[in-house]
Amino acid sequence: MWPDQVHRELATAGVRVVGYVPDAGHKRLIELCRSDKRMRAVVLTTEEEGIGLVAGAWLGGVKSVLLMQSSGVGNIINVLGMVQVCRFPLVMIVTMRGEQGEFNPWQVPMGRSTPQVLEAMGVAVRRASSADEVAPLVAEAFRREQAVAVLVSQSVIGIKSFQEQTEQ
Amino acid sequence: MKPVLHRRNVVQTLLGDRGNLLVVAGLGSTAWDITAAGDSPLSFPTWGAMGQAAMIGLGLALAQPRRRVLVVTGDGEMLMGLGALATIGVQRPGNLSVVVIDNERYGETGMQATHTAHGIDMAAVARACGFKHCSVVKTKAAVAKLRSAIRGRPGPVFAQVKVVAEKLPLVLPPHDGVLLKERFRAALA
Repeated sequence: MWPDQVHRELATAGVRVVGYVPDAGHKRLIELCRSDKRMRAVVLTTEEEGIGLVAGAWLGGVKSVLLMQSSGVGNIINVLGMVQVCRFPLVMIVTMRGEQGEFNPWQVPMGRSTPQVLEAMGVAVRRASSADEVAPLVAEAFRREQAVAVLVSQSVIGIKSFQEQTEQ
Repeated sequence: MKPVLHRRNVVQTLLGDRGNLLVVAGLGSTAWDITAAGDSPLSFPTWGAMGQAAMIGLGLALAQPRRRVLVVTGDGEMLMGLGALATIGVQRPGNLSVVVIDNERYGETGMQATHTAHGIDMAAVARACGFKHCSVVKTKAAVAKLRSAIRGRPGPVFAQVKVVAEKLPLVLPPHDGVLLKERFRAALA
């Protein structure tokens, strides 16, 4: 499963802080990180807090990662300015909403805008269209030491209704 | 009761002989305050990212558990990221202190009243979020106690320091973000 592969890459990269706002697509990865004693999982009230967390951890010499869904990208636009100006390394794994199979039309505008918003704020965008692409893109993102978002296509996650989400 | 404390004196007292203290400042007046107290490579004054000072402090406190971390920020900056108090309350880092220099004004934009001018009690919010030691500081004696708390008391510590609303000369830290980041990491290494 891609979350297990990604978790192994996070461990290999030496990630010690994992900031997240839960998303159904990140359920497994969050569980893996929470049960890994090498990692401190930090649940956030909004994705914006994750940018402060990453910056502080890096100042203290520690690598981190952020997990969020695409709607969260809309919450971090202004604070990405700090990432750009200070050149903080940043790796975000973003599960996409508003794409193939989306059941909630309110998710569509932010999902559609996510890549442009990230690029406009200086974050490199990498797209995983299949499950086996996610972990290698995450590994590459850590090697770059720049601001990178790995977008996980909704077709990889495959949730199509509230019912399915509840049953996951 | 009208505030009697002056922000520069308060911050000077808190940062005096700072030793190993790692310091993060919110944008605007508190960044000028920590610089007036003496610039240091182990200070990270922000020039943007409003609302994130406390979270930068949390990241730093988790990364450096053996050091004491102090966030000095303004009431407007803290109000923009109030959720951070809940997030810190979950992690409860014993080495983190958040001190809000509360003049009840947006000082950089024309001294408009903030929510605290209307009685919003941030120390009560912090207490409800699980901060171990919370106070509203109004006297010099209380500032001296706070100075000891941020150096040794098991935290997280939160203080809301009521200060006089005053416009002061700007004392600007470096504004090159890469410089601020790299000098901090180099000084810690």
